[in-house]
Formats: sequence, structure tokens, C-alpha cells
Amino acid sequence: MAFPGAGLRSGWTLAALLPIAFLGVFFAWPVAAIVGLGFAEGGVWRALTEPGTWGLVGFTLGQAAGATALALLAGLPVAFLLARCRVRGAGVVRAAVMVPFVLPTVVVGLAFRALWPDGGVLPIVLANAFFNVAVVARTVGGLWARVDRRAEDAARALGASRTRAFTSVVLPALAPAIGSAASVVFLFCATSFGVVLVLGGARYRTLETEIYLRTVELFDLSGAAALSLLQFAAVVAVLLLGGAARRKRERALPLRVEPTRRPVGGEWAAVVAAWLVVGALLVPVVGLVVRSLATADGWSLAGYRALAGTGERGTLAVSGWQAALNSVRVATDATLVALVVGVLSAVVLVGLRRRGSWLGEVLDTALMLPLGVSAVTVGFGYLVTMDALPGDFRTSPLLVPLAQALVVTPLVVRIVLPVLRAVDERLRQAAASLGASPWRVWREVDLPLAARSLVAAAGFGFVVALGEFGATSFLARPDAPTLPVVIARLMGRPGELNSQLAYAACALLMVVTTVAVLLIERLRVPAGGEF
Amino acid sequence: MLRRVLTAALAGIALTACSVTVDDPAPPGERVVTVLTHDSFAVSPEVLDAFRAKSGITVKTLASGDAGELTNKLVLTKGNPLGDVAFGVDSTFASRALKEDVFAEYASPEADRGAQRYRIDPPNRLHAVDVGDVCVNVDVAAFKDKGEPRSYADLADPKYKDLLVVEDPATSSPGLAFLLGTVAEFGESGWQDYWSRLKANGVKVVSGWEEAYTQDFSGSSGRGPRPAVVSYASSPSAEIGEDGNPRTRALLDTCYRQVEYAGVLNGAKNPDDARAVVDFLLSAEFQADVPGQMYVYPSREGVALPEAWAKAAPLPAQARALPADRVDANREQWVQQWRSLVQG
Repeated sequence: MAFPGAGLRSGWTLAALLPIAFLGVFFAWPVAAIVGLGFAEGGVWRALTEPGTWGLVGFTLGQAAGATALALLAGLPVAFLLARCRVRGAGVVRAAVMVPFVLPTVVVGLAFRALWPDGGVLPIVLANAFFNVAVVARTVGGLWARVDRRAEDAARALGASRTRAFTSVVLPALAPAIGSAASVVFLFCATSFGVVLVLGGARYRTLETEIYLRTVELFDLSGAAALSLLQFAAVVAVLLLGGAARRKRERALPLRVEPTRRPVGGEWAAVVAAWLVVGALLVPVVGLVVRSLATADGWSLAGYRALAGTGERGTLAVSGWQAALNSVRVATDATLVALVVGVLSAVVLVGLRRRGSWLGEVLDTALMLPLGVSAVTVGFGYLVTMDALPGDFRTSPLLVPLAQALVVTPLVVRIVLPVLRAVDERLRQAAASLGASPWRVWREVDLPLAARSLVAAAGFGFVVALGEFGATSFLARPDAPTLPVVIARLMGRPGELNSQLAYAACALLMVVTTVAVLLIERLRVPAGGEF
Repeated sequence: MLRRVLTAALAGIALTACSVTVDDPAPPGERVVTVLTHDSFAVSPEVLDAFRAKSGITVKTLASGDAGELTNKLVLTKGNPLGDVAFGVDSTFASRALKEDVFAEYASPEADRGAQRYRIDPPNRLHAVDVGDVCVNVDVAAFKDKGEPRSYADLADPKYKDLLVVEDPATSSPGLAFLLGTVAEFGESGWQDYWSRLKANGVKVVSGWEEAYTQDFSGSSGRGPRPAVVSYASSPSAEIGEDGNPRTRALLDTCYRQVEYAGVLNGAKNPDDARAVVDFLLSAEFQADVPGQMYVYPSREGVALPEAWAKAAPLPAQARALPADRVDANREQWVQQWRSLVQG
């Protein structure tokens, strides 16, 4: 190669182009198109200045902040247990904590409603936190496992109390992961839809539910556009804040994972807290299983037997098993797409960051945006744009995994990026000076070091895709529904068998999730990364 | 370690080889008509197969949300529709679709066998396929002692305090139908007063049918606390007890009629076949399949209802209805007024 630098740069540009093209075509373009339609109708300004609008913004951010705080509080002890402790059942905890993540929101909403029949703010906050404890546990746990234990031990040896050692040594070291988890959880909570609809009743509304109402029921596109802009502004603000918090404390991660050990003394308090959190998470889960077995005439496996069929009088187009298979297939496709896009993005981000380019921050924020924008906005955006792609892409079965990949990609980036960033630059330089091509350097240096986090990202992404409902329900074709779509359809029908089948399908979804998590456990990969 | 990762990656790739991502291409020469439907659409496979055998047309369906969402999608994609025929635009949203000129004119030879009773536009763009009434359902056992309520007025009677659960008309289509029923019953000037009385009588408002029916209603499998709920006239047919008697009953004096329409879309790729599919939707074969599959009543005259329905879910003789254009003009305002009245 005459100009080694030129080859590197063009390969690098190509790597950057793919994520940008993916985001541009499947996110920015449709969103801009549907918001543009709203602007064309006029009245956006009027909708922005309606007094009710700012109440919506306040409630949306308030409940999301509350749920985020709660998820952090509940997630930290679980993260400690997963990262630091060698106790029986840690694997079970790792799987159990992921289960809430995939449960359809309408089902969780109904489960919480059984405890709080009148809904309200408290159950909304609790339910949103319930979904997201996994994000905190895995993100923070991933970093915690790599934080050098010696600093903490030294502080203790110098006479610091356990609390003091935690607040002045451990907590600052975990800050990047906590900031990162908090922004992801906040985005999930701020855009949570089903839970707010079911538990908010007619009284509590968020930007997300109102955008849905205005787009889908009232066809008030200008009002929806105004609210989408507000949602967008709020999300960008949160991302910038979270990014700033992350950067301030960020440093290269040690790639070494600290060995776990049996908890000692006061550490048991944290372990007990973690078990209590997991127990609390399992309450609604057990409730669902009970409902799948209970009938008017006692216990029955009828719901499970019905998984082989299509519901009472053929409510479904496919059997429950077929829907489970669809779910697995679509989630596999989504995960693969997200891995390719996410890893390329992470590689590009590492490069940009190394040069200190502000472009890195822009791309990083842009990649996170799909978590914070309404699925309805994206879905309706597809309707008015995707017919321009070859073969009228609006009805393509490919659109489902691609839309899911939009949600999974930011999570992949958050998991893989910190590990790639921690790779010692001197290793790469050494390989390059020995004559390795850039691709070979990546393959021989970066890939082996990042392999564990790649598998962790794939696993987490797969679970997220399994449970994705917003975009999937909008795009999935009736002949190939996923489990969450099937469950929502069954819940909308009268008849005891349909209801039981819905709960049995939930149980099946939980089993699929647990199996996926346990399989990844078998690869002995600790959850890596800051998220 | 790396080997394991590679194995996992290979397994992943092997899985994708059988993934759903490719469309089965239609065999050459096959005539396919795509029908956009609401989410509740269902039909027996045998009925579709028989139609294909007779006409050579394969019907492909594409569910597109509830009636409102379907209508809005049709409006957004007019000119380049996602399919050739749409089914499921109901009387609440029909004016919007007609005003936006989503549907093409078509005089179906099957349209005068009963569907004409629900005709709403003279040029015949929309054809009534089924009728689904929204009525208050009651748990029969719970009212054994005090007697069932019969009318709207009874529901506001203190004798029946704290017994009714309804859906928010802003987020639920049966909720909207029930609100429209009260407007039809009490008039523009009286419905707000009626709702004030309902509120004073402890009506519970929830956002969706799922919560109301499966969780709050005592007559469903959820065994909730409230014995009266806004649901469909046909719902009792799904709640037959061990003894063969329905556990619930629709109050036939509280019904609001929702008619669901089908039509050929402007911009259909093959309008001739699309018309044949509309004829099929109105045909005796499809109409006989309607109650069992979609829990609604056929629009065609002389189509027998399933046996259980005669006892559990007869079609209400006298359901209220409002003209589609009046609903379209006032829907948002009524819902807003309802919100500030009931939630304020």
C-alpha cells in the first residue's frame, strides 16, 4: 500500500457511513417527514403554548425522574451481588432480573392495577422502575466487576467506615456507569406507553400517550408534531446532561475482572437488599404465572395446552408456539443488525474520541435518540416515507427487525464502547508497526479483548428485541406476529381461554428470555461495559 | 474463549438462515388482493380457501390498528395505498375517510341484500359488512337480588351506586361509542347533565376495554368488583357457564350501533379483483363466518347466527346511532367536554 494512511481513512469512512445511513434512513427521515406534515398543517405554535402542554412535560419528566431514582436505588444492590459476590443463585438472579424487561407493558400494567385498582402516580413510577432494574444492575454491575478492589480495601484499612469507603471510593468510580444507566432508564421511562395508559387511567397523561392519541385517534398531526418536538428537546437535554456526567469521570477501564468472593460482615446487608429487590420483582411475575393456571373451576393447564392452537375461535393467525418462533427469529435478525451497526459505531466513536473531535459527541447522542422518540412517530413516519424505497418497503417483513435494531443499537454501543476505548493504544501501534493491516490490527487486538462484551451486548440486545412492543405492534404483519403482539391481541378479547392463553404466552416469553440469558451465562461472560 | 464466541456467532448466523426476513414471492400469475383491516379482523381459513378456489384470487390481510388508526393510515397513504381494499372503517370514522376521498365508487351487486340498510354515502363508496353494537353488560348473578338495571337512567339511579365501569372515550372505541349513545339519548343539551349524575353515582373510568372488562368487571374471568361494564352486545356469547347459560347479559336499551365498512381503495393496483373481494365480504359465505370470528353481527339479511347467540347475544333491535358527519364534526369537542366534566 503506497499510502497506508489513505487506506485506513477510506475504510474508516466506510465504517462511519453505515451507522449514519442506517439512522438517517430508518430514523431521521421518517421522523422528520411526519413532523414536517404536522408543520405543514400549521398550528404547531398554538399547540406549544396551550397551558396543558407544559403540565404534560412536567408530569412526563417528573415520573421518569422518580422511576429512574427508584430503579437506581433498587438496582445498585443487585449490581453489587452480581459483580462482587460469590453466593449461591447468582445465576438465577442474573436471569430473574432480566425477566421484567421483556414482559408486555399491558400485562405489567394490569398486574400493578390488580394491586392499585385506581392507578395513580405511585404505581406508574413503580411499574416503570420494575422494568428497568435490569438496566441498572447489568450496566453498573459490568463496571463494578472491574473496579479495583484494592482502593476500597486500602480506605477500610486506613479506618474509613464501610459507608465512607463506599461513598468516597466506590461510588465515584461507578459514576460513569450510573450516569449512563440513568440516562438509558430515563429515556425508557419518559417514553413508556402501555404502563401509563393502563395505570394513568384517564387522569395521568405523558407526552408519549398524548402523541399517540393525537396521531392515532384524533389525527391532529400538528399537535403531535409540537409534542414530538418537546419530547425531542427533553431527550437531547437529558442525553447531554448524562454525557457530561459520564465524561467528567470517564477513564480507561481495566480489562481485568476482579474475582468474586463470599460477602463479609456488612456486605451481607447489601446482599439481603438485593435478594429483597429480586423477590419484589418476582411478585408480579409469579402473579402472572398464577393467573395462567387459575380458572373459574380451579387450577388448569388449559392455557398452556392452548399454546398449540390459535385461541378461542381462532383469535390468532398463528399458534402460540409459532409466535414464539417468530419472536426468536425476528429478535435474532434485529440483534445481528444492531451488532453490526453498533460495533461499527463504537469503532468510529473510539477513533473520533481519540482525536478529540466534537463529532464523536454528536454521533454518540444521535445514536441514543431512538430510545427517546415515540414509536408511533417513527411508525407513522415509515408510512409516509418507506414507499420511496425499492419494493414498497412499508410492508416489508424486514422492517420489524430493523425497527427493533434501532432500539437495540444504542444499548450495544453503550456496552461495547467503553471496552474498546480501554484497549491500550500501544498494542495497536505495536501490531501496526509489525506490519499488520488496520483490519488485522482490529481482528488480533480489539476483537479478542472486546469479545466478551460483544457477547454480553448480543444477549442483552436479544432480550430487548424479544420484548419490544411499540414499533413491533405497529409493523408486524398479522401472519407473523411476535409473542408480545399475540399477548396484546389476546388481552383484547373476551373469554376465559383467551385470557389464560395470554398469560400462558407471557410465561412462555419469560421462559424464552430466561433460557437466552442462561445460555449466555454458559459462555461465562460477565456483563461488561458502562452501558 | 474466542472459539466459543465464534461458535455462538455461527449459531446465530445459522438461525438467520431460516429467519423471516424474506417475503415469499407470489407464484407467477397469482392474483393477490391485499385487504387492510382493523386488528380485530378474523376469518376462517376454509372460507378464504373456498373463495380462492372459486375466483382465483388470494386474499392477503394487513392489520392496521383499531378503526381510528386504520382510517388515519388510509388518509396518510392515500394515492399510494398499502393495499387494494380496506375493511374496518366504522361509522365513527367514516366521514373522515369519505371527506379525504380514500375510497373509490363501486356499486356491488351484493350491496342490496341487507348492507344497504346502513348505507351512509350516496355514491356507494363504503359497504356495510357488519354491525357491532356497544352496550352495557351486566353480571347476571350479581343482580339477582336487586334486579338488573335496564336503561341509561337506571345506571344513574343511587340504587346502582358504584357498580358501573366505563372506558375513556379518548382512548377507547367502546368508550367513545357509549358516550355517543348518551349524546343520542339525551341530546346536545342533556348529555352533560346525565354524565354529572353518573359521576355522582360512582361511575369508574378506565382507559381501555382490557382493564374494564377483564379486570374490573365481575362477569369475566377476572372476577372484578363491578357488575356492570361497557362492552359489546356479543360479549355474553363468550361467557357461557358450565350449565350452558350465559353468565352475563347485554342491556339492550343501552346500545349504540357501530357499523363497519369496506370499500375499494383509490389507487388499488387491481381494481377489478378488489371489487370481487368487496363482493366476497358481502357474500353469504363470508357473512355467515362473521359472528364466530369477529364477535359482530352480519349486515346481510337472512344469515343465521350461531346457536349460542340466540340466547346469549341477540342483535339489539333498537340501537342508538348518530349520523357520521355529526360525529366527525363534534367528536373532539364532545370528548374534551367529557374530559373536563368527568375528570375535572
